[in-house]
Amino acid sequence: MMTNPGNRLTQGQFSFLPDLTDAQITAQIKWALQHGWAVSVEYTDDPHPRNTYWEMFGNPMFDLKDPAGILMEINNCRKTFPNHYIRVTAFNSTRGTESPAMSFLVNRPKKEPGFGLVRQEVDGRSVRYTIHSYATDKAEMERY
Amino acid sequence: MSEAQPKTIPATDQVDLEAEFKASNIQEVLDKLDRELIGLVPVKTRIREIAALLLVDRLRKRFELTSETPTLHMCFTGNPGTGKTTVAMRMGEILKRLGYVREGHLVTVTRDDLVGQYIGHTAPKTKEVIKKAMGGVLFIDEAYYLYKPENERDYGQESIEILLQVMENNRDDLVVILAGYKDKMDRFFQSNPGMRSRIAHHIDFPDYRPEELVAIAKLMLASQNYHFSAEAEKAFAEYLKLRMKMEHFANARSVRNALDRARLRQANRLFGSKARALTKDDLMTLEAEDVLASRVFREGRLDQDRA
Repeated sequence: MMTNPGNRLTQGQFSFLPDLTDAQITAQIKWALQHGWAVSVEYTDDPHPRNTYWEMFGNPMFDLKDPAGILMEINNCRKTFPNHYIRVTAFNSTRGTESPAMSFLVNRPKKEPGFGLVRQEVDGRSVRYTIHSYATDKAEMERY
Repeated sequence: MSEAQPKTIPATDQVDLEAEFKASNIQEVLDKLDRELIGLVPVKTRIREIAALLLVDRLRKRFELTSETPTLHMCFTGNPGTGKTTVAMRMGEILKRLGYVREGHLVTVTRDDLVGQYIGHTAPKTKEVIKKAMGGVLFIDEAYYLYKPENERDYGQESIEILLQVMENNRDDLVVILAGYKDKMDRFFQSNPGMRSRIAHHIDFPDYRPEELVAIAKLMLASQNYHFSAEAEKAFAEYLKLRMKMEHFANARSVRNALDRARLRQANRLFGSKARALTKDDLMTLEAEDVLASRVFREGRLDQDRA
C-alpha cells in the first residue's frame, strides 16, 4: 500500500506540500524575523523522527533584519550537502516559551528510500514495533 | 524582472514624471534633509541625483527598458565633525523611500567588528556583520584602519576581500558606505584599487562656514528646547571665530561640545540666582555670559598678551 508515494519525509511545516521555492522560503523567514526569532540552518542524513538534534550549519543568526543573509547560508549549506536533509528552524527565545517556533525542510536527497517497519518478538507472543530508516544501514555521508 | 511589473505600457505612451515624483514621497525626504542638515551642498546634490536616477529607472522599467541595478556603494570623506555619520544614518531611510533597499536599517561597524584575532576568525566575523546589514546599509567608520600595510600578516586584507565579493555579488541586498578622513582614505584606496572601482560615489564633505555653524548651533539647541538670546548669538559667532583658529577644531562636533558647556554654565548661573522665581523662558534661554565665560575667550586674550 503506497500512502506516501516517493517516500517523502514528512517532518516540520509544509512537508506535505511540494518543495518550497526560494521566494516562498524567503517569505517564511521574513515572518520569523518579524517576530524576532533567531533563525538557524541544520542538516542531517539520519532523518529518523526521534533524531531531534540535527547538525548545525554555522551559528544561529541573531539580529538579522532581512532574509537575504539566511538564504545565502541555506544556499551554502545546499552546496556543501546537496544530498542531505536541510531544515530551517526559528527559535523563539521569549521567557517561558524558549523553543523552536518554526521548522521546515528546504532540501531533500534526490532519492528517499523511506522507513521500514521492524517487528521484534518479545515475551512469548508479544510483538514490538519500531521504524527504521533504510538509508541508515549505510555509513554516514554515504547514505543518500 | 520587467515581466513581473504589472503596468507595462506601449512605447508610444507618455509617462508623467511629475506624478511619479509626487507619488514617491521623495520631495518630503529631500525637504527634511534640507531642513535638518545645514550646508553640505555637494552631499545634497549627490543625493538628489541618486533620487532622480532611481525614479527614472522606475519609469524606464514601465517601458521594459531594463538596465542593471545601479551600484550605490559610497565613500564619505571629510574632516572630523562634518556630518559623515549623520548623513549615513539618513541614507538608510532615504534609500528605503526610494525603494532601493528593503529594510533601510543602518549597521555601524569599525575594524573591531570585522577583523578577527586569529586565523580563520575573520571570515565568519565579517560574514556575520554582512548578514546583519543585508536589506539595509553597512556603514564602516574609519574604514582605512581595515588595511594595515606595515603588518603583512594583518587579517584586515581578508575582511576587505570578503567585502569586495559581497559588494559585487549582493548588490541588491546591501549598500556599503565607507567613511574616513580624506588623506587616509586616499592612501587606503591606493593600496586597494579594487575597492575604489567598486564604489560609485565618492562624496567629499566640505568644512562648514562660520554662519553655517551658527545655524547648526541653533538647530541643536532647538532640538533640546533651548535658544540663544540675541546677544548670546552674537557672542557665539565671536566664539566660533576664535575657536576655528585653534587646533583640534572638529566642526559640528566642537559646536555640540561648546553648547554642552554653555548649558552647564547656564545651569550654574540659574542656580546662583535662586532667590528669584524662574520662568519657563529663563530655563530655555542661553545668555551671552554663558558663552563668554568660555576658556577660548580667556586663552585667546592670553595669547595676545604674550605676543
